[in-house]
Amino acid sequence: MFRFAITRLLQAVPVILVVISITFLLVHAAPGGPFSADKAVPPEVLKALEAQYNLDQPLWQQYMGYLGDVVRGDFGPSFKYPGRSVNELIASGLPATAELAFYAMLVALIIGASAGVFAAMRPNTMQDYLPMSAAMIGICMPSFLLGPLLVLIFGIHLEWVPVSGWGDAPGDKILPAITLGTGYAAYIARLSRGGMLEILSQDYIRTARAKGLSESLIITKHALRGGLIPVIAFLGPAFAGLVGGSFVVETIFQIPGLGRFYVQAAFNRDYTMILGTTIFFATLIIVFNLISDMIAIWLNPKLRQQGQGDN
Amino acid sequence: MALLEVNGLKVHFHTRDGLVKAVDDVSFSVDCGETLAIVGESGSGKSVTCYSLLDLLPKPPAKIEGGSALFDGVDLLTCDSTQMRSFRSNDIAMIFQDPMTSLNPFITIGEQLIEPLIYNPDKSRTQTRSAARLRAIELLDEVGIIDPEKRFDCYPHEFSGGMRQRVMIAMALINEPRLLICDEPTTALDVTIQAQILALIKKLQQKRNVAVIFISHDLGVVAGIADNVIVMCEGTVRETGDTEAIFYRTQNDYTKKLLAAIPEGAKVMPSRLQQDSPMIEVKNLKTYFRDYGKPLAGARPEKRYIKAVDDVSLHIQRGEILGLVGESGSGKSTLGRSILQLAPITEGSVQFSGTEISALSRHQLIPWRRKMQMIFQDPYASLNPRMTVYETLAEPLLYHGLANAKTINHQVQLLMDDVGLARANLRKYPHEFSGGQRQRIAIGRAIATKPELIIADEPVSALDVTIQAQVLDLILDLVERHNLTMLFISHDLSVVRYISDRVIVMNKGVIIEIGETEALWASPQQPYTQQLLEAIPLADPKSERARLASAS
Amino acid sequence: MDASIEKIDEAGSSLWQDAWVKLRKNRLAICGLVVLLLLGLVSLLTPWIAPYGYEEQNLILGASPPSAEHWLGTDIFGRDMLTRIMYGGRVSLTVGLIATAVALMIGVLWGATSGFVGGRVDAVMMRLVDILYALPFMIFIVLLMVVFGRNIFLLFFAIGAVEWLTMARIVRGQVMTLRKQEFVEAAYSLGLSQWTIIRRHIIPNTLGPVIVYTTLTIPSVMLLEAFLSFLGLGIQPPQSSWGLLISYGVETMEEFPWLLIFPGLTLSITLFALNFLGDGLRDALDPRTSKD
Repeated sequence: MFRFAITRLLQAVPVILVVISITFLLVHAAPGGPFSADKAVPPEVLKALEAQYNLDQPLWQQYMGYLGDVVRGDFGPSFKYPGRSVNELIASGLPATAELAFYAMLVALIIGASAGVFAAMRPNTMQDYLPMSAAMIGICMPSFLLGPLLVLIFGIHLEWVPVSGWGDAPGDKILPAITLGTGYAAYIARLSRGGMLEILSQDYIRTARAKGLSESLIITKHALRGGLIPVIAFLGPAFAGLVGGSFVVETIFQIPGLGRFYVQAAFNRDYTMILGTTIFFATLIIVFNLISDMIAIWLNPKLRQQGQGDN
Repeated sequence: MALLEVNGLKVHFHTRDGLVKAVDDVSFSVDCGETLAIVGESGSGKSVTCYSLLDLLPKPPAKIEGGSALFDGVDLLTCDSTQMRSFRSNDIAMIFQDPMTSLNPFITIGEQLIEPLIYNPDKSRTQTRSAARLRAIELLDEVGIIDPEKRFDCYPHEFSGGMRQRVMIAMALINEPRLLICDEPTTALDVTIQAQILALIKKLQQKRNVAVIFISHDLGVVAGIADNVIVMCEGTVRETGDTEAIFYRTQNDYTKKLLAAIPEGAKVMPSRLQQDSPMIEVKNLKTYFRDYGKPLAGARPEKRYIKAVDDVSLHIQRGEILGLVGESGSGKSTLGRSILQLAPITEGSVQFSGTEISALSRHQLIPWRRKMQMIFQDPYASLNPRMTVYETLAEPLLYHGLANAKTINHQVQLLMDDVGLARANLRKYPHEFSGGQRQRIAIGRAIATKPELIIADEPVSALDVTIQAQVLDLILDLVERHNLTMLFISHDLSVVRYISDRVIVMNKGVIIEIGETEALWASPQQPYTQQLLEAIPLADPKSERARLASAS
Repeated sequence: MDASIEKIDEAGSSLWQDAWVKLRKNRLAICGLVVLLLLGLVSLLTPWIAPYGYEEQNLILGASPPSAEHWLGTDIFGRDMLTRIMYGGRVSLTVGLIATAVALMIGVLWGATSGFVGGRVDAVMMRLVDILYALPFMIFIVLLMVVFGRNIFLLFFAIGAVEWLTMARIVRGQVMTLRKQEFVEAAYSLGLSQWTIIRRHIIPNTLGPVIVYTTLTIPSVMLLEAFLSFLGLGIQPPQSSWGLLISYGVETMEEFPWLLIFPGLTLSITLFALNFLGDGLRDALDPRTSKD
């Protein structure tokens, strides 16, 4: 298990390197520099700015310099907000995004998995059709449609929850979490239903029934372990999706999170910010994938023993 | 009154294609200490009958339309779910056919064993975990698991098929049930393991005086252990009686057909072996497979090999039918494929009429491919589901230039005649045929190119015994008519004896013994061969009972 | 017995025909199919059947709720919403189809090669897919769109480049299963060339899952496009897509809710139809549920 983790971490390093390199090249390939989009800047000032940010150096030198900084954990200063470093900005935006992603994941897992398992218990009946239809709605309604609709109904019309902000008013985290999490809840519901149905048709479930075990015990002890494996496997890509999804949700709900900073940085051509955030997200996603893979392996006794190297 | 009395049981399945009367007015009874065998081919309803006793049928398609099943006076078919759970837990136990899939792979076998004890719906009989564990270990020992204390915490994948079945038996008997239902428990096991499991079940039954219902399609298997037999076909009972009456004195047509279909005794047709004319010569053949496994075990994946065929030398004489027997994992299928150049040979030589075919390139092999063909085991997987019969049979003819656009129709029709299928079915698709018919199509494809050699890899193993007999006769007929040489691979010794001139016995990739069929049967030289022959179940109750008695 | 085949054979029922029979019984899927066909027809004929001009403004009228002249209302420039949604649909559907085609081509080639060749090559190719699966593609797309401008072709490519991964996995899985089937071995033993085997035996048996997943990829792709357009990184005005229309609608949703609801509804219904059809196809082509 341990060896597996180390191997995967080591494999991740070249991947991150590739991510950095591609992002770096892309960003610098963009026509126009970071300052040309602004109001007209006199050439001498432009030169001075470029010198200050090392933009007048040859590309490969900039690249090596950047790599060196990254290894030391320094993402450099923000181009758009002089005086603030990228590290600072990431640190300020991270808590909100992390919280949002966490709540959304909670919504997705709890509602999704329970709906799916519930539906699988009585397939092709109302108990199945209702949750799965709701799930279909969740999949077909993008977050940027659902969010505003929820805001319209629950925020403006019914005035049950606040419509924007984060942490300012009680309950203002509800709508964003639901908006972000619903799509994934729907997908997880379908995955868990599929997984459970597959398991419930297995021979060993019939054996458990023949032994006189109660239905609830069969579901919780025998079926769940196998049935939720597709859900666990999905957690990694789900997390990557949540990161992407946060862009939109934070924009709609005016949440000061990393996602929104990223979109703004992209528009502003804030090179260092773009680079830093990309690397940060990529690393996070890779780690998360590793964790979910390890959980999936740990859940399967056969793979678990193989992973320990002893047969 | 007997322990279990079933009367007029009717079970219907409401499928989207119509009503299927899976069980139609079935009655029987079993008492303590007795063994009742339910025998029938696929679709006879034997399994459905017993599943309905324990309410294990999927209720939407299945519906119990009538009848009663009195267990100790209580009707199993109408009792409520709490009572049913109690019956399942304490009184009636069941073991299933496939040991590989009948145990939960995510839970240790120890935990699965003690479940009936700790979750007993009858609260007065619930046990604590520690008491349950001791009892489970006791039982593991009784069914023959070595080192039961350590094995208690192992997972199912750490056991072989035979051992898993022993665990299943232990699990079934742990609450001392009064009735044990066995649904084809040995069908998926090798013949030597099968013999051991049958002996085990008999021993346990005698010790505990349980009633046993034993379901099987194999009359030989039940001959030794059954006291009474019922023969089922298409949902109805054709005959009931005690074992000797059924086997020795039956008047029923269907039972007679079943008994006649079992391959018995020596090959009837004369051997057409041509002496001193080896068609295939195999020398020191080795076929090894890399064991890739998952790249989890650290950064150094050691090169592990599965030695499927390990230094095998043999020859196939022109005109003969050479039988190749072995249990699962013996390498017989791989050997057949290696000879046909369908499996990559690691080392060694294969010569066809003097030419070293293992040294030929893909392109050079094409004319040789015409001369050697294969019949596969699984009639469902050996035909392309998107091609009609016509296309499947025409492909080899057109590819090897044996027919052109003008003659192809006629030749395909002739092939259909050859394998005994109606010409009118030419435009149909494989899924519209039965298993036996599909196998005929596969045979037709194999003989289309008029090959000299045919390698048949378990061609009848997936078929019912009556269909099996027909297909075997077809094969013998074709060998005769088309002057074929054949390598007949099977795990079923009786079938091999019926069809082969000479026999090779394989185990774990090596040849154990070679000899003429009857000579081998009469006096096998190697201990493994002796073991194998002794384990064959014969459809002869008297000799089977004697064998079981001497085994224990 | 020499009667020609045409006269005495009964035609068999192929798996495609069986699947169609099964699909017909699935009412939701058929509804979805009908909706999609209608949508496709309307999109094709839009330039001729749209009630108003695309850019036709009516500044006096401004934004107005649904009425007899403007069935779906007008936006703040007085432009007819029905017309705008129809034109937006053309763009959204086009992006959906083309990007899916890109994903299909890359995915099928990658997956089929990987599955068929097997061994080391397969291990490497699939590892790549695993890694890419885990990466924040959203981020790269955003980057690409910002950096290279909002070029519609780049959009197709970028979206297609994200979606091919699942298709590759599906195809590879199917091809691997097929390769082990005995009828493929039989084809080898006949001496058929690799290419003939692929063409005659592998591909026809892979079509089923490919069709199902293509149908399910289109909504995924359309969502992605809408997402990007919403952020301002996808389709740019003067063109419009449903995503863009929704983003305008969000801005004014309190006062003019219909500007959000109608485009939103249209997008959702299309996605529904595609998903129901895809699910229906999956059930219809699943050998387990067939009559056997």
